Amino acid sequence: MKRLHYLFKDRLAFLSLFIITSTLLAGIFAPWIAPNDPEEVHMELRFASVSWDYLLGNDHLGRCVLSRLIYGIRPSVLWVLVTLAISVGIGAIIGFISGYFKGKMDAFLMRVCDIMLSFPGYVMTLAIIGVLGVGLENILLAFVLMKWAWFARIIRTSVMQYSDAEYVKFSKALGAGSFSIMRKHIVPVSLPDIAVTSSSAFSSMILQLSGFSFLGLGVQAPHAEWGMMLNEARQVMFSRPEIMLAPGITTILFVSAVNFFTDALQVALDPKLMSIAKKKHRKGIFQKANLSRKEVA
Amino acid sequence: MGGYIIRRSLLAIPLLLIISFLTFVLNALSPMDPAEVVLHAQGVPRITDDLLAETRAALGMDQPFFIRYLNWLLSCLQLDFGNSYVTGKPVWSMLGPAFLNTLKLTVISVVAVIVLSIGLGIICALTEGRLVDKSIRGAAFFLTSMPSYLLAALLVWYFSVKLDWLPTNGLESIQSYILPVSVITISYAGIYFRIVRSAMLNHLNEDYVLYGRACGLPEGRITIRLLRNSLQVAVSVFFMAIPIILGSTVVIENLFAWPGLGMLSVKSILSRDFPIIQAYVLVLAAAFVVVNTFSDMINALINPKLREDF
Amino acid sequence: MSILQVSNLRIWDGITGEVLVPNSSFELKRESCLAIVGESGSGKSLTCRAIMKLNKKTIRQSGDILLNGVGLSQLAEDEMRRRRGKQLYMILQNGMRAFDPTSAIGVHIRDTLVRHYGWNRSEIVEKMKLAMQSVRLQDPVEIMNKYPHQLSGGMLQRVMISLAIVLEPDIIIADEPTSALDTVSKYEVMEQFVKLREKMGCAMIFVSHDLGAVRQLADEVLVMRNGSIVERGTASVLFSEAKHEYTRFLVSSHTELNEHFKRVIGGPAYVSR
Repeated sequence: MKRLHYLFKDRLAFLSLFIITSTLLAGIFAPWIAPNDPEEVHMELRFASVSWDYLLGNDHLGRCVLSRLIYGIRPSVLWVLVTLAISVGIGAIIGFISGYFKGKMDAFLMRVCDIMLSFPGYVMTLAIIGVLGVGLENILLAFVLMKWAWFARIIRTSVMQYSDAEYVKFSKALGAGSFSIMRKHIVPVSLPDIAVTSSSAFSSMILQLSGFSFLGLGVQAPHAEWGMMLNEARQVMFSRPEIMLAPGITTILFVSAVNFFTDALQVALDPKLMSIAKKKHRKGIFQKANLSRKEVA
Repeated sequence: MGGYIIRRSLLAIPLLLIISFLTFVLNALSPMDPAEVVLHAQGVPRITDDLLAETRAALGMDQPFFIRYLNWLLSCLQLDFGNSYVTGKPVWSMLGPAFLNTLKLTVISVVAVIVLSIGLGIICALTEGRLVDKSIRGAAFFLTSMPSYLLAALLVWYFSVKLDWLPTNGLESIQSYILPVSVITISYAGIYFRIVRSAMLNHLNEDYVLYGRACGLPEGRITIRLLRNSLQVAVSVFFMAIPIILGSTVVIENLFAWPGLGMLSVKSILSRDFPIIQAYVLVLAAAFVVVNTFSDMINALINPKLREDF
Repeated sequence: MSILQVSNLRIWDGITGEVLVPNSSFELKRESCLAIVGESGSGKSLTCRAIMKLNKKTIRQSGDILLNGVGLSQLAEDEMRRRRGKQLYMILQNGMRAFDPTSAIGVHIRDTLVRHYGWNRSEIVEKMKLAMQSVRLQDPVEIMNKYPHQLSGGMLQRVMISLAIVLEPDIIIADEPTSALDTVSKYEVMEQFVKLREKMGCAMIFVSHDLGAVRQLADEVLVMRNGSIVERGTASVLFSEAKHEYTRFLVSSHTELNEHFKRVIGGPAYVSR
C-alpha cells in the first residue's frame, strides 16, 4: 500500500484519477447535474452556439449538448465499467481455479479459453450483434463473452506464478483450506496485475463501444452516447465541424486520463519500474512503455 | 522443425471445425425466423403460415440439426454459402470481392504499420530521453487516445475538404488508399512502436553490446545485432496485429465507404441478412486461425526453444 | 615505462550529479599486472569502462588517460574504436551474456578479426584454432559454430581469452572474469590467465573481489572503496602488511575463510606464490 502513496504524489496521475472519478460521479448523478433534458428537441435552436442556458450549445436537433454528454457518461463509461467488472470477475474465477488447482481442470479450461480466444474479437462481437440484434445490452453482452477468456488467461498466469511461492506451500502443509489460502495469500499479490490489466482494458473497451455506436450498432436514438453523438456530428461534419468538438474532446480527455492512470498504476505497483522512475526525478508516467494496452484490441 | 509444422497445422483443423460448428449454432440461436426475413425482403405483402412453412422447407430448415450442419459445412467448403436473404444472390459473389478489397486495405496497412513501428521504435530507443523521443511518444499517446474514426474524420476534414487533395470515399484510385491506410497506420503504429522501443532499450544495456563495442566493432554492426534480438518479441506481436487490424477495418471502411467486408457486414447486420453474417464470421475466423498458426510457426523458426512445446 | 597512465579520473552521474569516483590516479607498467580489488559497488567496473570510454552515455568522466603517451580523453569516437580490441581488450564477467544470443560465436570472432586485421575466413579459423587449443578447448571449429547458450560459462571465458591471444592487445582488462564461474571452472580459467601473462607479456588490469585469484596473478594491487583508492602497493607486501584498515579487513575476511577451508580439507587448497 505504501506504493500507492507514490501514485498520489505524482501530480499527473492524481489529475487523471480526479478526472476519472468526477466523470464517474457525474454519470451516476446525471439527473441532478445535467442542466437540461438530454432528449428534448428544440428545432428552433438547431446548431445554436454557446449560451447561458445551453452551456455547450445545441446539436442538429436543438438538444442540449452538455446534458447529452453528461447522460452519455452512463452508457459510454459506467456501463462499460460494469461490463468490465463482470468480465474480469468471470475471468478471475476461472483464472484462479485454473491457476491454483492446475492439473486436468486447468488443461480443460485453457482449451476452452484458447477456442474462445481464437475467434477474432471484433468479428465475433459483430456476429453476436448480428444474431441478437442491435442495442447496448447486446454489445455489452458480446464484450463480456469475448473478453473473459483473455482475462482468465492473464490471471491464471499470474496466479500460477504466485502459488508456487514458499509461503503458499507452508500454508498447504499447515492444512489451510484452498479458499482461505487463495483469499489471504494469492489475491492480494495478484491484485496489482489484475488492476493494471483491467485499467488498460477499460480504455480499449470505451473506444470499441464508441466505435460500435458510431456504426449505429450500439445505443439507439434518441439516447445519448458519446460515440453516437460523434456519428450524428459526422453527418454535418462538412457544414458544422464544431459539433464534433464536444463529444470528441470529452472522449479523448477521458481515455487519455485512463491511459495515464494505467501507466502510473503500472509504475507504482511494479517496484522495478518505480526505482527507475524515482531516479529520473520526473513523474514516472512517460518512462516505461506500457505493453498491456495494445493486447486488448 | 518439419515435425513442428505438421503438428501445429494438425492442431488448426479441429479448431476450424469447432469454429464452424459454433458459427452455425450462433445462427440457429437467432430469435428471428429466417423464413420471415426472406419473405419480408422479397416484399411479400401477406405472410401466411403456409408460405412460412414452404419457405422453411425451401431453405432446408425442416431437417435435423446435425444434418443441416453437415450440409452447410460441405457446401461451405465449396464456397457455396447459400444465397443472401436480401438480394438473393449467392453469398460468395458478394463476399468474395468485398473480402478482396478488405485484404488490399489490410495488407498495405499492416506493412505500413510494421515499417513505421520499427522505424519509430528504433529512433526513439536511440534518442531516448531527448526531445525527439518525448515528442514522438507524446504525439502517439494523444493520437491513440482518440477513437480511430475521430482521427479519420479529422484527417478527412482537413485533407479532403479544406485542401481538396484526397478523395473522401470509395476505392477509385491509388489516392483512395492514402487516407484509410494513414488512419490505420497512425492508430496502430502508435501502439506498437513502443514495444520495439522498449525491447531495444532493454537490450541496449546488455553485455553483448558492451563487449561488441569493447572489441571495436562499428556501431552499425552492433545496431543490427540489437535489432535481431529486439525484433523477436516484435515479430510475434506484429503477427497478432494482422487479425486485429483486419477486424478493426470495420469502422474505417464504413467511414470511407470502402467496398469491403466492413461495410458488407454492417449492412447485413442492420438488415438481418444471416447467410452473409454467417459466412463473414466463418471466413474471418478461419483466416484468423490460419494467421495464428502461421505466426506460431514463424516464432518457432526464430526461437528454436519453442519447438519442443508440442 | 608505463603503458597506461590515468590522472585525476573523475566519474559522475550526469542525471543526478552524484559523484561516483572523485579522483583516481594510477599507472600500469609494461608487462605487469595491476589488480583492482574491492567490494561490489566500489567503482572498479566503472573505472575500467572509463578507460575504454564505454560507460553509459549518462555517466560522465573527466581527467587524463594516456595510452602509450596518447591521450584518450580527447580522442574522437572512431579513433577510440580503432584502439578498442586491438590495443585495449576487455574480458567480461558473464560469458553467456557477452555474446549475441542470436548468432553463433564464430560470427562475433570473425567480425572482430576482420575489422582489425582484415583476414579471410581460413586465416581466421587457423589462428583461432591454435589459440583455442592452447586454452584447452577441444574442437575449436565446432565451438565457433555453436550458440552462446549451448556452451558453459567457463568455455565462453576461454573463448574470450583465446580471442585475446589472437588479437595481441597491449592491455587486457579483465572485469571479474571468474566471478560467475564455479570453483572448477574458476581454477581452469585462472590457469589460462597465468599462462596468458607468461606467454604474451601484455599488461593486464585484473578486477576481482577474489583475493586468492589476485594473489596468483597480480604484481601490484589497488584497493578501492566507495569510488576512491584507499591503498596501493605490491601484491606480496599488501597482503601481509596492509596499512589501511579496510585492506586489512578484506584480507582478514579472506584469510579466515581460507584458513577454515584448509583446516576442513586438510591440505593446501590453493597454489600460492
